[in-house]
Amino acid sequence: MRILLENFGKSFGTFKVIENMNLEIRSGEMLALLGPSGCGKSTTLFAICGIHKVTTGRILFGDRDVSNIPSQQRNVGVVFQSYALYPHMTVTENIGFPLMVNRLPSTEIKRQVDEIAAMVHIEDLMARRPAELSGGQQQRVALARALVRKPDVLLLDEPLANLDAGLRLEMRSEIRRIQLETGITAILVTHDQVEAMSMCDRIAIMKAGKINQIATPTEMYHNPASQFVAGFLGNPPIAFLQGTAEGDVVKVDKCDVPVPFPKTVKSRPAGARVALGIRPEDFGPAGNIVIPGRVSFVETQGRENLYDVQLADGSILRSIQPVRDDIAVGDLVNWGANGDKVMVFAEDGARL
Amino acid sequence: MAEEISPSSNFRTWPVVVALSLVSAPLVLMFIYLFVDTITDHAPGSLIPNRFTLEHWTFLWQDRPGKANIWRVTFNTLVFATSTTIIVLLVSSTAGYVLSRLNVPGRAYFLAGVMVLHAFPSVTLIIAIFIVLQMVGLYNSLIGVILVKAALDLPLGIWLMKGFYDTVPWEIEMAGITDGASRFTVWRRLVLPQVMPALMAVGLFSFLSGWSEYILPQVLTPGNKVQVLSVYLAGLIADDNNFDLALFKSVGIFYIIPVLILFLFFQKHLMNIYGGGSKG
Repeated sequence: MRILLENFGKSFGTFKVIENMNLEIRSGEMLALLGPSGCGKSTTLFAICGIHKVTTGRILFGDRDVSNIPSQQRNVGVVFQSYALYPHMTVTENIGFPLMVNRLPSTEIKRQVDEIAAMVHIEDLMARRPAELSGGQQQRVALARALVRKPDVLLLDEPLANLDAGLRLEMRSEIRRIQLETGITAILVTHDQVEAMSMCDRIAIMKAGKINQIATPTEMYHNPASQFVAGFLGNPPIAFLQGTAEGDVVKVDKCDVPVPFPKTVKSRPAGARVALGIRPEDFGPAGNIVIPGRVSFVETQGRENLYDVQLADGSILRSIQPVRDDIAVGDLVNWGANGDKVMVFAEDGARL
Repeated sequence: MAEEISPSSNFRTWPVVVALSLVSAPLVLMFIYLFVDTITDHAPGSLIPNRFTLEHWTFLWQDRPGKANIWRVTFNTLVFATSTTIIVLLVSSTAGYVLSRLNVPGRAYFLAGVMVLHAFPSVTLIIAIFIVLQMVGLYNSLIGVILVKAALDLPLGIWLMKGFYDTVPWEIEMAGITDGASRFTVWRRLVLPQVMPALMAVGLFSFLSGWSEYILPQVLTPGNKVQVLSVYLAGLIADDNNFDLALFKSVGIFYIIPVLILFLFFQKHLMNIYGGGSKG
């Protein structure tokens, strides 16, 4: 079901967390609300599920305005960061609870619970209590409980934050598989760009209560709307250089290297301050714009090595390359950036 | 789960045991005599029993002249303690939840006020309560004294329950609400089970305190028909005409037996009051 936020705003007392937000989640789509902590992403999620009252604007499920409808009548499924399983109930009772409060006959409850349990692969755990489950199993139970009511929308609040690295990888693909299998509209709240990129159809990136950009992960990675978005996506992160525009080129501070503007960027008035963004994979021996520097750090990652290259003004460029052992810390290198991939940002952070 | 903790080997335990035994010997001796005296007779001036008898327990099937029927009194005590407990449980489990979770205007003042009420010794209030009960016609009735006792027990119960509700994670309630349950269902089916240990403890405390309450029934329900055990017992020792110490001791034993039984069954729950909260 399509979810629509129209001029949505939320304040706590006089403190405005979110103002005038417009967001459409298409039917069957999985959308990530990505942003640093305190940016209002969880507030948005809680407003959609009805735990927070909407201060201004409207929230629509399909064509139905749910802004003033209590949470109980909204038909949403929520997975909380702590899972919030009911400790005194078995797995069966936990999953069946939403059906039980809707007064379904017990045979029907059993049938639906078994069906959903099979889908999330927890058939063997049905008699256990949450304390007897591992983190990943608790996560599966929480998912099953959220889905058993066949909700209009599935809301996931940092669902992977409490899992260890291996399980996180597994649950990432599991959640995506279940979402695709059920075809449910889903919203994922996360501060982890890898989660957002790997699980979702589209990402809405938020900062200080505002959505900065909504795009598919690929689009957002290659074509970020602002310096903030470019810096938030990508691991290892993008590196920024400060410079001054001079005609068709940017003079990087304290380096004599002129970096030509990419073709897509209109030249700036001479003397304008700009920032250049260069991703680690776009900087290396193959690049056409040579920026000399000194290797200041080498990080071995197994398949690849990550090199930090320090420039004359002290700023750092990162380069990720297949493993090689001819470069050590302190070496002078003349690597280059891929001229087509360099991103230029104005002083206020907007992409040029 | 309490684990067996092996005794520390830093010091020997037997000197401690001996010292403690010596100090508590007089108490233990008195308890033993209390029991022995109820089933024996002894010559005046002697401490050694010379005859086994059940004469002192005849109060169980024979009414003493001028005294209430013991079973009636026991029944009254049971009604008094149970009703108080039920009221305390009902009110403190709901009031504690409201104070912990809902928007209550002036919550801090209310909690402080409840605490002050708890600090009042009931004796200081008793004259006022006596007058109030007489005016509303509840003097010398069990209902009146039950209400008074419950009111005096409530502050502790409310505070304890509020503290336990505070430890239940908010997410459990949020999950319940988004699962479609009403606020009442959330409280009844999801939150209340998390504070069961506290509820047990408050109930048990309340029952024991009701069972042993003396000053309130003494003043507010002195009549034979509504007498409770503590008042009955006090009546025996105050009776200068037929003073019978052995009878007094027998009734005393009779009075504490239910408490001991209750303790045996529920002591685990009683100790729970400092553990508690949700697990898992």
